Amino acid sequence: MNFRTFAAFVGPSVFMMLLFIAFPLVSVFKQSFYITQPIYETVEVETCTPGFLTQTCTTEEVSQPKLDEHGEVITRTEYVGLQSYLNVLEPERAWRAITNGEWNVLSTIDFWKALRFTVTFTLITLPLVVGCGLGIAVLINNAAKSIKGPVIFVSLLPFIITPLIGVLSINWLFRGDGILTATMEWWLQRDIALFAQAWTIEILMMLYRVWHVAPFAAIVFYAGLQTVNQDSLESAVIDGATRWQRMKYIVVPHLMPLIIFVSMIHLMDAFRTFEEVVGFSSQGYVISLQWLTYDFLVPDQAGNRSISRASASAMLTMIGIVILLIFPLRRTWRDHKGGH
Amino acid sequence: MSSRALRQPLSLRLTSNIFLAFWCLVAAFPIVWIVVMSFKSPVDAYDSNALNVIMGPATLATGNGLSVLDIILGIVVIWGTVIVATKKLPSMVLSYTKPGQHWFGWIIGVLALLIGFLVVFFVVLPAVLNVLNPLFGPLGRDVLGLTTEHYKTVWVDRGFSSNFRNSLIVTAGVVTVSLTVGTLAGYGLARSGSTLAFWILIIALIFRALPHSVLVAGYLPVFINSAEWLSPILGDNAPTLYGKPFAVIAVLVAINQPFTIWMLRSFFQNIPAELDEAARVDGCNHFQAFRRVIMPVMWPGVITTGLFSFLLAYNDLLVTSLLLDAQNQTMVPAIVGMFNRETTTTDQVVAVAAAVSITAPLFFLVMIFQRQIVSGLTAGAVKG
Repeated sequence: MNFRTFAAFVGPSVFMMLLFIAFPLVSVFKQSFYITQPIYETVEVETCTPGFLTQTCTTEEVSQPKLDEHGEVITRTEYVGLQSYLNVLEPERAWRAITNGEWNVLSTIDFWKALRFTVTFTLITLPLVVGCGLGIAVLINNAAKSIKGPVIFVSLLPFIITPLIGVLSINWLFRGDGILTATMEWWLQRDIALFAQAWTIEILMMLYRVWHVAPFAAIVFYAGLQTVNQDSLESAVIDGATRWQRMKYIVVPHLMPLIIFVSMIHLMDAFRTFEEVVGFSSQGYVISLQWLTYDFLVPDQAGNRSISRASASAMLTMIGIVILLIFPLRRTWRDHKGGH
Repeated sequence: MSSRALRQPLSLRLTSNIFLAFWCLVAAFPIVWIVVMSFKSPVDAYDSNALNVIMGPATLATGNGLSVLDIILGIVVIWGTVIVATKKLPSMVLSYTKPGQHWFGWIIGVLALLIGFLVVFFVVLPAVLNVLNPLFGPLGRDVLGLTTEHYKTVWVDRGFSSNFRNSLIVTAGVVTVSLTVGTLAGYGLARSGSTLAFWILIIALIFRALPHSVLVAGYLPVFINSAEWLSPILGDNAPTLYGKPFAVIAVLVAINQPFTIWMLRSFFQNIPAELDEAARVDGCNHFQAFRRVIMPVMWPGVITTGLFSFLLAYNDLLVTSLLLDAQNQTMVPAIVGMFNRETTTTDQVVAVAAAVSITAPLFFLVMIFQRQIVSGLTAGAVKG
């Protein structure tokens, strides 16, 4: 295929990706160094209240946004360097908290709080997802042929459901005196409030995430299990390998590329966790990095969106993803080069 | 497990099946439970006794319920519909339509079945049961509390139907555009071994990892001010892109593009290149080869990819909630407003009903397209 035909086929797609992914990236990078604000002016306002004999008048200085001839607020964009990053990171306070060892102070700064949660969330759910996925895949593989179809159907439900609705359905089971909280209270004979402190909410969020992603991992691993070499399994049995040893030395190494694939997809997706915070309405206790950016982008009570701070936190989130993915990517890169 | 050496002892098989049953329970329980809750009055829905939630005594007390007879006949009708759909419908479609026009027959058939089911289930059945219930004594008495009032509130009073329409517009747009653009690109990438193709794929993979909030932060200022910077090109009636469905469609298509081209590429790689080579020998150029030879055989892959595009657009919360204004709001952001409002328990059950309404189409999607979804999940992974 010559270059012109190739370009004609691929062109529209590349154009869309450039326009809607690469260009916004560049513009976010640029925005994070600029800040757009309304210009304020100080005016003397005289307010008079009617009184006996004379009015009592007070003049005070009020700062108000300047308006142009159409009555719209004049804004000015200026270069502020790293100021937006500093606003998000608050490095001085953070550093003081770290040197004094006051971790609870560090967690009052939104960004560090979000970073702490996002990273622990990603890293704790990763082995759980891979483990559960592998377990379910082995179970499905063991099952009788006639029930495999229905079982896969049921397993797909948590994966296919709208993430927000999935979070909400878990939320409704536990919120207040939801059915599972009530059952737990009856079992333990004590009052349980799962939404009153951060760590229980975090556990629920991780539970949801594993419930949501494990089916995906399971289906992928199940497909991989179909291609395990039966002869090597049989020779392992003849050599006296136990079930566990066969699993460890034959099946898992065979599935290794798939495990890396699932882990990479999971790392990407878990690091941008967002629906959990909205669905559990946990912004008072637990927030994630992507939610932080979202929160900056939502207009506040005065109708202003803090675009530059959002851009800064978005760039910082991206740096996080790059750091997280650099090791698995380097590994696949080496495998790719070694394979050819 | 054909080999004797690999046969498993009974105890192991039993344990394995028990765990599998447990997993199925865990997987289905939250979804089944919200479906049950959505049909009950608030008192029942939030009862701490599970049996009360299922049987719904308070709902029954308000006069909404089903008798044993209702349940039996309802199940019979649903079962009959399933039998007709799986056994009769395919052969009827095949016999009544000419080869090559089966898809048209399928659309007509499915629509007819759907309308028939709705008429029988919601018009004929209640009328018949009104006559039969008093005749059957204890069997005709209401035993299971069930009410559809929350669904009425959601769809009629809360204007969820307009959110549904907006969701439909956005998802239909995203699926069509992203498949059109993605199919061409996927084919091009699959048939070209150049370094450029390799790098496009790698960059697409990196783009897939981007958090969507990063991109939205880039769009927002541009979209809000678009009337200003578009006016030199389009004149005075330049549109404000913020809040418009077509802008969101373009954004979601672009976000989805990396995934789409990866997936379609792996499907196209499975179509032997000899096919288009043969067409080229016969004098087609690349586009003609694509149109005449590849297009007839590419549909399984395209349908699968379309399903995943549909899911992305349908499930999206972040992009739609930030880039659409109130009147173009889709279903998923709309429900956030419902449950976040300072609410009574009635409002909460209404939100549950809305959640179930959002889930129902996905349920049918899995039912119909299970095979395609599974093949889509494994295609990307197993082929590398």
